[in-house]
Amino acid sequence: MAVGMAGIVEIDDALLRVHIEDMFSDYVHSIDDDRIEAWPEYFTETGFYQIISREGFEAGHAIGVLHCDGRGMMKDRVKAMREANIFEPHCYCHVMERPRLHRNSADTYSARTNFIVNRTMQNGDMETYACGKYLDLIDVSGDTPRFRRRIVVLDSRRIDILLVYPL
Amino acid sequence: MTEIAANPLDNSFQWPEGGVTRVPYRLYSDPDIYALEHERIFRGPVWNFLCLEIDIANEGDFKTTFVGEIPVIVTRDANGDVHAMVNRCAHKGSLVCLQERGNREHLTCVYHSWTYDLDGQLNGVAFRNGIRGKGGMPKDFDPKKHRLEPLRVQVYCGMVFGTFSDETVPVPEFLGEDMDRHVRRNLGRPLKLLGFHSQVMKHNWKLYAENVRDSYHATLLHTFYTTFKVNRLDMDGGIRLSDDGWHSISYAKRATLDESEEYANAKVHSAQYDSQLEGPEMLDAWPEFEDGITHSIQAVFPSLAIQLTLNSLAVRHFVPRGIDRTELFWMYLGYEGDTEEQTRMRTNQGNLTGAGGLVSLEDGCINEFVERGTRGSAADAAEFLEMGGLDVAPSEGSRATETSIRGFWQGYRNIMGFA
Repeated sequence: MAVGMAGIVEIDDALLRVHIEDMFSDYVHSIDDDRIEAWPEYFTETGFYQIISREGFEAGHAIGVLHCDGRGMMKDRVKAMREANIFEPHCYCHVMERPRLHRNSADTYSARTNFIVNRTMQNGDMETYACGKYLDLIDVSGDTPRFRRRIVVLDSRRIDILLVYPL
Repeated sequence: MTEIAANPLDNSFQWPEGGVTRVPYRLYSDPDIYALEHERIFRGPVWNFLCLEIDIANEGDFKTTFVGEIPVIVTRDANGDVHAMVNRCAHKGSLVCLQERGNREHLTCVYHSWTYDLDGQLNGVAFRNGIRGKGGMPKDFDPKKHRLEPLRVQVYCGMVFGTFSDETVPVPEFLGEDMDRHVRRNLGRPLKLLGFHSQVMKHNWKLYAENVRDSYHATLLHTFYTTFKVNRLDMDGGIRLSDDGWHSISYAKRATLDESEEYANAKVHSAQYDSQLEGPEMLDAWPEFEDGITHSIQAVFPSLAIQLTLNSLAVRHFVPRGIDRTELFWMYLGYEGDTEEQTRMRTNQGNLTGAGGLVSLEDGCINEFVERGTRGSAADAAEFLEMGGLDVAPSEGSRATETSIRGFWQGYRNIMGFA
C-alpha cells in the first residue's frame, strides 16, 4: 500500500477495489466457461470454500452442501468432476451485483455479493438454479487478490437434482 | 389382514410372471397406484420417519414433516410428551403450521383462528357462540369430535416415528432383531445435528427406495469410492435383511481390502480415476466400532435410510412430492460426546455424500434417467432383477446382488396386495 497523503491511499484503495472486482468476475467466468481447473487458483493455499444454506449458516452448522479446506480438496473436486462423477451436461451463468467491500486491514478485505445462477441443461431447459450471497475474506497481500475464505450462502436449502460445479 | 391381501386394482394391474425379479415400470407412473400407496403404505401398518428427536428438543417445539404427501406436525407438549398429527385444520383443511419449525403454546389455524393444544385437541373456536347472540356454532357442536387427525408416535434411537395404523407393532419389532441392533449401534446415543440440506429428484419415490438398496451399482456408478479404495465390492461385506426382506443393511469392512482381478480386467468406468487425493484429510477417519464394519447403509421401509460410512453418520429421509418428484433430506449427525477432532473428521467426510457428495451425487440424476427411459414403455415392460439370484435372502461375502431390492418389492407387493 502506498503511504503518505491520505488522498493517495484512497486512490490506491480504489485501484485495489477494481482488482478485486475483476477477480470476482474472472472467478465466475472461469466456472461459467467450464475452465474449472482455474477455480482453486482463486484461493490461497489454505483457503476455505463452503456452500451452505442460509438456514444452516445462521444456525452455525459445520456441514452444508459441501466444503473444501485448502486448495488440495478443491483440486480433488475438479478432478472428481472431470474423471469420476456422472451427470448430465449443463452450464451455469452467474449474475452478480457489485461487491460491497470493506477494508479490514492492510492485508484483507471482506465482501458481500449477491448472485443468481442460471443453469442450462443440454436439452435447453433453463432455470434459476441458485440464488444467494458470497461472503468473502480476500487476501490482498500477494501478487493478485485471493480468497482466504469464500462462503456461498444459498437462500434455499434445496438443491435441484445435484451440485457438481462449484458456485 | 385378508382385506389388505386383496388386489384393489384387480382388473387393471397384475404383477408379471417372475415375482420380485420383474418390476413393472408402470409402478413409477400410474396415478391409481400412487394413490393406493398413500392408503396402504403411508397410512398403513408401517412406521414412518417423522423427524429427529433433537428437532423438538424443548417443550412447545414443533416441526412439520410429511408422510407420503400428507403434511404432518410433530410437537413436544408441556409435559415433554411427543405428539404427531396431520397438519390440516379440522375446519376447512388449511395447513395449521406454516413454519417448518418453531415453539408455541398452542397451534392456531390462521384462516379462522381454530386453536389446538399441542396434542392436537381442539381447544377453541373463534366466535363459537356467535357475535351479540347471532351466528355461532350449533348447540351440539362438540370440540372433542374435531381434533387434528392423530398419528401414533414412537420415539426410538433419537428419531420420531409415526403411524396411522393401530396394527403397527412397536418399532423394534417392526424392524426385526438384526435391524434393530444395527440402528441402536449407529444411533443409540445422544445425537448432535452437524448440518442438513435437501435435494429434489425428478422421479417416483420408489426409485430412490431401490437405489438406496442397490449394492450392485454402488461401485460402478459411484467411481470416486472405488478408485480411492474406500468401498469396493471386493471388500469383505454383504447384505443383511429383515425377515420380510423390506428392510436391509448393506455393509463393508475395509480391513480386508484386496485387489480383485475382476476390477483389474473389467473395463468399467470405475478404474479410470487416479488414486491420489490432494486433500487426503477429507478421508481422515477412525475406527468407531469393534465389529470392523466401516460402511453401512441401512434401508428402512418405506422411506428412510441411515448411513454410517467411515464416520459420516447421516439420516436420509425421502419424501414423495408428486408421482414423479422426490425430495431427499440429508441430516448429518454426530454424537454429543464427540471430540472436536472427531467432529472435524465427520464434517470433512460429509463431502462424500449429499447433493454435492463426491461419492453420491450421481444418485440425484440416475433415477431420473430411469424415469425418462421408461416413458412410453409397453404395458408389460419391467425391470430385470436377477443379479445374485431370484430370491430374497441375505448375502454374506458379496454385494454383487440385487437381493435387497427384491426384498423391497417383496414387502411392497405384500402390503399393496399385489403379491
